[in-house]
Amino acid sequence: MNQIEPAIPEGGNVDELWTRVTDTVQDKGFILTQVDSLVNWARAGSLWPMTFGLACCAVEMMHTYVSRYDLDRFGVVPRPSPRQSDVIIVAGTLTNKMAPAFRRVYDQMAEPRYVISMGSCANGGGYYHYSYSVVRGCDRVVPVDIFVPGCPPTAEALLYGILQLQKKIKRTGTLWR
Amino acid sequence: MDEGLADFGEYINAALSDHVIEWTIEHGELTVRVRRDAIARVLTFARDDVNAQFKQLMDVCGVDWPGRDERFDVVYNLLSLTHNRRLRVVTRTDEVTPVPSVTGVFSSADWWERETWDLFGIYFSGHSDLRRIMTDYGFEGHPLRKDFPLTGYVEVRYDQDQKRVVYEPVKLTQEFRNFDFLSPWEGMPEQLPGDEKAGPSEQS
Repeated sequence: MNQIEPAIPEGGNVDELWTRVTDTVQDKGFILTQVDSLVNWARAGSLWPMTFGLACCAVEMMHTYVSRYDLDRFGVVPRPSPRQSDVIIVAGTLTNKMAPAFRRVYDQMAEPRYVISMGSCANGGGYYHYSYSVVRGCDRVVPVDIFVPGCPPTAEALLYGILQLQKKIKRTGTLWR
Repeated sequence: MDEGLADFGEYINAALSDHVIEWTIEHGELTVRVRRDAIARVLTFARDDVNAQFKQLMDVCGVDWPGRDERFDVVYNLLSLTHNRRLRVVTRTDEVTPVPSVTGVFSSADWWERETWDLFGIYFSGHSDLRRIMTDYGFEGHPLRKDFPLTGYVEVRYDQDQKRVVYEPVKLTQEFRNFDFLSPWEGMPEQLPGDEKAGPSEQS
């Protein structure tokens, strides 16, 4: 009986992956993998974020999207609708007035859904922690997966946060959560 | 210093002598204090007079002077593109006395008067729609008043049982603190943390 090698190696060296895939296809004509690795690979590779820029962090978020860091190459494409989104990047100050609307947007997203909290204001109120009108951290309203620190975080920092989220998705072995 | 500015101050004072309380030039900016009842009359003059031509109302805002008898200033900032000149018109009021609305003179005053009402609680009589504009729905109080606490009265969180965002009285884990970083002494406590273990100091 042949030893079945995992087609997708852990920790993903892309060149090695493609060599293995093409070799296997030429050799056997099919590829074997596990369903959850395939699902996690698909989920992590097409994280569509809900456009949710609230303040100046949104500018850094835009920088991450456009040509220099180009989130498209990670399969991250901004969506205008929560129905089409997998992740919501809370970029900016979440005010009391915005909180119910934000929760509604989050509720409208389809499972599995993830939240990236970007910047000091979204993480814990930040500069406006003692303000009468600002939520002291968006984790008071939704469960957060990744906190990106900074005021505002650089485009690289947000990119790193998204890569961390991909890593988190890949190591979570569940189909439903 | 702009000579024309002083001339214009003199001019507006002469033309509206019944309404102007005083006029001053500070930091090269002309400020005219007027009586509350005459604010619409003064702004109409500033807009229409051929020597004024302040066609644009840039801002309406408030100032709170808590110690004063009539505690609020209402400030109107005007711009004349024709004469390349700015004018600040100031009037006074308190918490209950309404200021006549100037929406009839400048339609742009509509939202600014709403904002001034929202943040200071200054009434404007004759305004067609004096609602809150900036603060949260159902917000209580006027946050830019000096007696409004910095942290307000309510905070929000999502309630898992009710499945909605709920309002609760503010609970701070740490109070707001003011540090005087410029002074090497003011920020320092009498006894540094940990020093109490060292026993009474030799100097005392």
